[in-house]
Amino acid sequence: MAYIFQQSLNALQLGSIYALIALGYTMVYGILTMINFAHGDLFMAGAFFCFLIAVYLHLSFVPTLLLSMLGVAFLGVVIERFAYKPLRNAPRVSAIITALGVGLFLENFTLALSPYPKHIPQLLGNTTWTLGSLSISSLQILIIALSLVLMLILDFIVQRTKAGMAMRAISWDKTIVPLMGVSVDKIISLTFAIGTGLGGAAGVMYGLAYPIIDPYMGIMVGWKAFICAVVGGIGNIRGAMIGGFILGAVEIMVAAFLPSTYRDVVAFTLLLILLIVRPYGILGKPQPQKV
Amino acid sequence: MSNSSDTSYSALIEKWHMLTGTRLFWAVVMIAGIAFCIAVDTFDFVDLYLQLILIYVGINIILTVSLNLINGYMGEFSVGHAGFMAVGAYIASILTVHVFPPNAQNLLFPLAILAGGMAAALVGFLVAIPSFKTRGDYLAIVTLAFGMIVKSILENIDAVGGPRGLLGMEKLTTLPWVFFWTALSVWVIRNLVYSNFGRGVLSIREDEIASDLMSVNTRQVKIIAFVVSSFFAGIAGGLFAHALQFINPRMFDILKSTDILIMVYLGGIASIGGSIIGAVIYTILLEILRPLGIWRMVLMPLMLVLLMIYRPRGIMGMKEIRMFVPLRDFVTEKLWRQKKKEAGDASA
Repeated sequence: MAYIFQQSLNALQLGSIYALIALGYTMVYGILTMINFAHGDLFMAGAFFCFLIAVYLHLSFVPTLLLSMLGVAFLGVVIERFAYKPLRNAPRVSAIITALGVGLFLENFTLALSPYPKHIPQLLGNTTWTLGSLSISSLQILIIALSLVLMLILDFIVQRTKAGMAMRAISWDKTIVPLMGVSVDKIISLTFAIGTGLGGAAGVMYGLAYPIIDPYMGIMVGWKAFICAVVGGIGNIRGAMIGGFILGAVEIMVAAFLPSTYRDVVAFTLLLILLIVRPYGILGKPQPQKV
Repeated sequence: MSNSSDTSYSALIEKWHMLTGTRLFWAVVMIAGIAFCIAVDTFDFVDLYLQLILIYVGINIILTVSLNLINGYMGEFSVGHAGFMAVGAYIASILTVHVFPPNAQNLLFPLAILAGGMAAALVGFLVAIPSFKTRGDYLAIVTLAFGMIVKSILENIDAVGGPRGLLGMEKLTTLPWVFFWTALSVWVIRNLVYSNFGRGVLSIREDEIASDLMSVNTRQVKIIAFVVSSFFAGIAGGLFAHALQFINPRMFDILKSTDILIMVYLGGIASIGGSIIGAVIYTILLEILRPLGIWRMVLMPLMLVLLMIYRPRGIMGMKEIRMFVPLRDFVTEKLWRQKKKEAGDASA
């Protein structure tokens, strides 16, 4: 029993990181119908920002987190301006290929600058409480709580503020919204800033939980977060959160009860089955097609 | 004066096009190519390093042309091409290492490659089934998951070395064989695209429901496209394994698929000539930039992004080199353009 509870806690931790990254995919998709494949590498950039700030500026946890999020958000907005904006009216695949190119660029640029894996210093005192055979670390609680808070803030922004209303409106109809006096470019930049900022926060948390970071860490995590977004129904913000927790739970449970090398096989097979049963994800709505 | 030289120049081009459209021209090109490859292979007058690059160029052309059938002509977004390649590479290598007698390797090598292609085609058939219902980004996920499943399964099978990989293959991939398979794949896919079946593939890209209503059997078309594409990816995998003499599951991960995608979109979608140009440029450019070390891997994606911004459809996007267009199609298109122009003149 305690074992299952312990694993659920681990699943929550991994799931909240996945969910944070998946949110970035889903927000950008909702507003631009474009998959930002560089997002996993922005997550990696978040971890590296965290490393740089913690090692060279010696800041404590909260400023490190905020600065890293800010840095990644800035990077995201710059990428949008220079790489994606010229392609807004181009065929969809060219935008996707550009995103793949930007991702490769970020990976290899980081690799060229820091060829060896880096170790993030401990920013927080980590206390572990034991309840019987159950052990809970403060870091785990922090990661879960922080991501929940970030998700609530995001939900508030999207549902309750004027900018959020503009975001939802743009994903509803891109041609009418500018006629209503909404600056589409600004809203798209804001979306990128929020989405990639969340990815950066996930990078910091991932770096705290698993302190060895390398330039290629974003690939696998990024693709998996993308899968979470699709499982939840891409473009749907609450769906991305649900998808993240589902994939986290599946991965941890498989690793707990089977040899851990089977983790990816089982996770992806489940994904395939889910897509065959519900081709538009859990919360996604099938798009009616007209001829 | 300038006018007459213009016409003589265009007449020259027209003559060249008429020549390249004939069977005789292609027969000469094929024979010259295979003779050159055999000569290089037997007399060894070309640097070994250069030979290896030529082999890689051939393999990459096969991969690019076959992926272009799905991503370019059919308009789907498949990101698991390296998975099919892995299936072909492993099946072919298991056959040559464990099954075939060691003294008949050279004779049985094409059989092993063929078997690898068949196995990949079978897997391609399985991947085609979800494509009936899911499209676009969701189908991309299916192919992505497929690629990752293949890699994970290979890592878990100890009989093929698990994550350590498989070795013991002889260097059986020679330049003539690569030339043969490359020419075969280009020939088959070019003929498929300009056949009745090819029209079906194009109609799925333009509008699936409409093509269904026009009595295109979309399921059959999708299955055939996936099977042919994965068959050639498997062939390329087998050739790759026997050129490198060592394979492990990590070689066929998402980065390899991304490489193939880049070659397809660099050359341009829905273009045989573009695929060949993309594969050749990408492979050779990577080798030329080798002295830059890791910075070439920074430069390549940057060039790709710039290319996409200034030429979103790639080098030859949606255009075809005249050599690969059948005369019938060329004339039809020319007449259609003329008609359209006349109609425009009349209305103006």
